[in-house]
Amino acid sequence: MQGKKQIDIALAGNPNSGKTTLFNALTGSRQHVGNYPGITVEQKEGYAQANDHTLHFIDLPGTYSLTAYSQEELVARNFLAEHTPHMVVDVVNAGALERNLYLAVQIMELGIPLILALNMMDEVRAKGQTINTELLARRLGGPVVETVARQGLGRNLLKQKILATASSENVRREPLNISYGPDLDPVIQRMIQKMEGREFFTSTFPPRWVALKYLEGDEEVRAKGLSQNRELALELEEEAARVAEHCQKTLNTYPEAIIADYRYGYISSLLKDVISRDTHRERLEFSDRLDRILTHRFLGPAIMIMILYGVYKATFWLGEAPMGWLEAFFDWLKINLAAILPDGLLQSLVISGIIDGVGGVLGFVPLIAVMFLCISFLEDSGYMARVAYMLDRVFRIFGLHGCSVMPFIISGGIAGGCAVPGIMSTRTLRSRKEKLATMLTAPFMTCGAKLPVFLLLAGVFFPRHQASVLFLISLTGWLFALLVSRILRWTVIRGPSTPFVMELPPYRLPTSGGILIHTWERAWEYIKKAGTVILAISILLWAAMTFPRLPQDAVQPFEKRIVRVQTRQDTGAVSPDKAEDRMQKIEKELGQAKLRYSLAGRMGTALEPVTKLAGFDWKMNISLIGGFAAKEVIISTLGTAYSLGQTPEEGQPSLARKIAADPQWDAKKAISAILFILLYAPCFVSVVVIARESGSWGWAGFSMVFNTAVAFFIAAGVYQTLLLF
Amino acid sequence: MGTTIGLRQMQVNQKAKITRVQAQGELGRRIRDMGLVPGAEIQVMGRAPLRDPVALRVKGFTLSLRNNEADFIEVEL
Repeated sequence: MQGKKQIDIALAGNPNSGKTTLFNALTGSRQHVGNYPGITVEQKEGYAQANDHTLHFIDLPGTYSLTAYSQEELVARNFLAEHTPHMVVDVVNAGALERNLYLAVQIMELGIPLILALNMMDEVRAKGQTINTELLARRLGGPVVETVARQGLGRNLLKQKILATASSENVRREPLNISYGPDLDPVIQRMIQKMEGREFFTSTFPPRWVALKYLEGDEEVRAKGLSQNRELALELEEEAARVAEHCQKTLNTYPEAIIADYRYGYISSLLKDVISRDTHRERLEFSDRLDRILTHRFLGPAIMIMILYGVYKATFWLGEAPMGWLEAFFDWLKINLAAILPDGLLQSLVISGIIDGVGGVLGFVPLIAVMFLCISFLEDSGYMARVAYMLDRVFRIFGLHGCSVMPFIISGGIAGGCAVPGIMSTRTLRSRKEKLATMLTAPFMTCGAKLPVFLLLAGVFFPRHQASVLFLISLTGWLFALLVSRILRWTVIRGPSTPFVMELPPYRLPTSGGILIHTWERAWEYIKKAGTVILAISILLWAAMTFPRLPQDAVQPFEKRIVRVQTRQDTGAVSPDKAEDRMQKIEKELGQAKLRYSLAGRMGTALEPVTKLAGFDWKMNISLIGGFAAKEVIISTLGTAYSLGQTPEEGQPSLARKIAADPQWDAKKAISAILFILLYAPCFVSVVVIARESGSWGWAGFSMVFNTAVAFFIAAGVYQTLLLF
Repeated sequence: MGTTIGLRQMQVNQKAKITRVQAQGELGRRIRDMGLVPGAEIQVMGRAPLRDPVALRVKGFTLSLRNNEADFIEVEL
């Protein structure tokens, strides 16, 4: 062995056990810590050094079990089976030890050395409980370490135990062997005998584990079994069916239930005398008292609405000033660059393509940062799970699940999210159908990229009611997401609803570090998007709006008119001021003629006969086409479209002022545009994510076509109705 | 021995012991994973504003399930 020896350690644990926090404490890596079940869906890796070893940590998704019940569980168990880490550190919430050990027992049945990290020991002590960790360690046959991950306590001891376990010879590597009672044990034995000497999951799962999975009716193992050895698999299935029938007849129960009973029985025997409870100090927990108020029949929903609305208010209140500074900075930059750079293509590229495009997007970073700050707080505090709890009854009406709240909120249910992580978070939904419906309708929400357009239009046409208009837009997003879900669940994705068995984690005050890291990560993500994808698209669009260039013979009439005005001014027929005005007007007309002649102008013009039903002119069309690539581009394209129509000279008015001054725009058109932008096709990145998460490009294509159709129908309908008044 | 009723019939704050879990398949697995097995002691912590789902305390933590899922669970008071 040259260099440092690497030890692979998988971190497993229930959702809300503080696994991710411990992972961060061990590796110093940056990652979001959520209280919502299943926030760590992606597999994360991190490294730490200890003595002459490199500790390689793999953060597995949080699961309660190792069945094939959810994607998280499949990811976790397949990782354990296929990558055979040197050991597993199972992070358990020491306050709910019994339930948490259910996963530990299953890991031990896989035969991987296990270290138990008893996390949240501070909360256990606060409840007046003590845990005899030595006794527990002896019974488990493996190390048990007490930790408080939030404060980083116990992590050094844990590292020592990892090193000791890695070098120790007498660590249990044999799969744990629990008795499953007189009905199942003989069958398990028979099944093991059948598997003996045959290639059947040999390199992945121990035979006993495979037998248990057959008895539990695990679809994934059964399907794999059939492909590995059809004959044997069918024999095992038959054994399982026979014992299932027997259990049904004699005990009126199922093998699965018996297995769970014996596992919990085993856990009870492990925990006998381990937990001592000081009943005098046992008290109504803080969390329960909070729940009495926060999920109260009347107070609960009222507080929920207040909290959600408070997020808007806070965002505007805190975000307004820095937003103004950024806008002023970019205006200043433009004026100075216009003075330095020579007139022509380069100046146009820099000012209209780059600064207008990217600057418009960056100006909204403060708003988005504040918004994310609030969302992180709600997630980490445990309140988000209560929102799911309170809203489940409502969501079920629409064929969704209480857990759909999360994807909706992340996508922009609280304005300012992003559909990309929102769609990704639908992985916590167990049922494919509810998941699909959530995924397809989450893009209707007010994502952070749509926000700038809405802010702009609301600012211009409803300046006194900006916050209220935005709130209304968000509600409209929800309305459409829910109604369209209902329609989808009645039509294209029909089917029964899935279980809502969900943990309500205790309320915790989020660590400020965690929240700041999370906010920074999301804001940075947005900035990066502005600096890369959006910059590229801005330039592309600038090119599409500049080329092909108006041929010389079409430019000539404009030039001749300018010369004419010039001569009339020289001869004193018009005053210099008036001449200047006229020249600017001609320049503007020329600019528009150029834009119309360009590729984008042609596309926008070609679509105008249709889109005018919704009140959109060709400029708006260009922006909306750009918005397919990323919604932020709508605003930057509008910016480019308007500044390209004029000469970039001193004190350029902001886009808002330009739109306000444009007679083509009015409140009716603004409403139609807002509705269309809210509802039409998700951005390109979201579409890719939908394809990945649904496993089908068909659904991705569906979301583009269907959403655009819905959006156009609604926008045109509303616009035509408004025209009647 | 107390009386046996369905979990749905339990009042808020009432305590009971699970005697039977009838659920099969996905729901059954999910219920058992969360520690709702015969013998487990539970307490109803509250109900959502629309009376559904219900919040339960079991084995030291809180979980929620819908009324129609609670129907699969029988308890003894």
